[in-house]
Amino acid sequence: MTKLVPVLSAHWDEKDSFTIEAYTRHGGYKASQKALAMDPDAVIQLVKDSGLRGRGGAGFPTGMKWGFIPQGDNKEHYLVVNADESEPGTCKDTPLMMANPHVLIEGCIIAAHAIRAKHAFIYIRGEVTHVVRRVNQAIEDAYKAGHLGNGIEIVLHVGAGAYICGEETALLDSLEGFRGQPRLRPPFPAIAGLYAMPTVVNNVESIASVPAIILNGAEWYQSMGTEKSKGTTLYSLSGHVKNPGQFEAPLGITLRELLELAGGVREGHRLKFWTPGGSSTPIFTDAHLDIPLDYEGVAAAGSMLGTKALQIFDETTSIIRAVLRWTEFYKHESCGKCTPCREGTWWLVQILRDLDAGIGTEEDLNKLLDICDNIAGRSFCALADGAVAPIISSLKYFRQEYLDQLANKGPLFDPMDSTLFVSAKAGA
Amino acid sequence: MAYSSEDLATMDSIIKRYPRSRSAIMPLLHFVQSRIGFVNGEGIELIAQLLTLEAAEVSAVATFYTQYKRTPVGEYHVGVCTNTLCAVMGGDAIFAGLKEHLGVENDGVTADGKVSLEHIECNAACDYAPVVMANWEFYDNQTVESAKDLVDSMRSGNPKPPTRGPDTLVTWKEVSAVLAGINDGKANEGLQAGAPTLLGLKISKEGK
Repeated sequence: MTKLVPVLSAHWDEKDSFTIEAYTRHGGYKASQKALAMDPDAVIQLVKDSGLRGRGGAGFPTGMKWGFIPQGDNKEHYLVVNADESEPGTCKDTPLMMANPHVLIEGCIIAAHAIRAKHAFIYIRGEVTHVVRRVNQAIEDAYKAGHLGNGIEIVLHVGAGAYICGEETALLDSLEGFRGQPRLRPPFPAIAGLYAMPTVVNNVESIASVPAIILNGAEWYQSMGTEKSKGTTLYSLSGHVKNPGQFEAPLGITLRELLELAGGVREGHRLKFWTPGGSSTPIFTDAHLDIPLDYEGVAAAGSMLGTKALQIFDETTSIIRAVLRWTEFYKHESCGKCTPCREGTWWLVQILRDLDAGIGTEEDLNKLLDICDNIAGRSFCALADGAVAPIISSLKYFRQEYLDQLANKGPLFDPMDSTLFVSAKAGA
Repeated sequence: MAYSSEDLATMDSIIKRYPRSRSAIMPLLHFVQSRIGFVNGEGIELIAQLLTLEAAEVSAVATFYTQYKRTPVGEYHVGVCTNTLCAVMGGDAIFAGLKEHLGVENDGVTADGKVSLEHIECNAACDYAPVVMANWEFYDNQTVESAKDLVDSMRSGNPKPPTRGPDTLVTWKEVSAVLAGINDGKANEGLQAGAPTLLGLKISKEGK
């Protein structure tokens, strides 16, 4: 049994955990003090050695990303924190920033020093007001305490409701004051990012992981996790589990283990399907309970670790309704820049709405796959790839349910059966 | 002119946060909403003038993002998450219940101007599903009944406090100022974390 190891979450249960007093009480801002006394390249090397990989979904090695910033180029460098947490199912950065915003500020100071940036921006989605308050206050308090303002400035930037701005180049366009639409790469942000200057864009959890690595060393971090997926991370369990929540564990824990900690699937029900890392990662079923939840393990099984957003659905849930709703989301959030994504997601929704109502023929299932084939990989960014993931994977594992619904000429499931209100009644 | 000299000074300070002024468009649009309640033509013109842009350039940004409203919303803007997970757990039933209870459709505002309703996408609180947001504050673990009680409390002028948020629910305009980056002094109010956020930590301390 893999043991939980709270590092990021270690002090979240203290009522004042978000204050600078609480953070300092637990050794806060010692890591930045240590890092600022180090050569920037040595900081990059330490983070490389730790094996830390991006926690925003792609899993790119963080230290390597920092190392791509050209040095001695006489250009402004920028650090941008992606706090635009919007991937359906993903709910880790929001509670992290609410409970301990200072670890993010301290991580920014260290990362900015490493990449020789004087300015850092934290781009937070606009729909989480209290998180905005906490981070804003933390920045103010860090200035007052002298941690900021001595060569490193942090600016808080609040989004305004656009999933696509979680895509790093769309985020940069948004931060520059344009519509948030992705850019064609190359050039990558490390060469031409914010204001066309060398820029590192990192996820909140990645940056927040850095202070502990600086203090405890690369070997300590390396000692946790699996061969190529090091350290601890936040796994977020939601949906039809008895006790949903955040579980910080070494990479490589399995869903079977996590479910045991969460009290299992809700009483009297069984697992039907789940996402390993948000709605853009192909779904899994009860056949995948023992897959190690690290970057390689999940990829080898045909999906992606993504944001470790484990959304659990039991047998009362219609796979078609679930996939339709995700597809409606992607259609709504497609920024409209690339034709295959803009038009394709629209057509996918039309077909899935019919299928959800039990209208159509088996040929429509092939048409769905054909449209998916014409969308994935044919757009600037990965939104389109995410949009087709639930469709293709659901047809892989639940094609028969689609056919049964067509034969039934109507929905096979009563939506009320999957709600929490039903189980509350049953348990009363 | 709806903007005082103090407002203009605030807008100037927002612009000065950034190395390049155009980056201030988004917080300035939030600021306009904090004064007017939505983004109107006058606000667009003012931002264009402050940033030396064409009004069309500001308008292009304002219309891209769903949080910028082009018509007035309620004093309390209620969003029900109907993305897959919340929808399945009860969000669809909550949204249907509120539409009926308030007598409005999606994006509708009650006749008294108190409450507006919108179905929203995933709001990063899935372990608290089903989730309702009001003025972008968290109301966790909702039911059809609790959501109806919530909007009733708003209409009677005494809104229930958020589950994870400040001690009292502030108005749409006040929240818009926070989103423009203005500190309202409420960061220290409310919980540091709800029970699901702390579950793994609790279990770990129990030695598992």
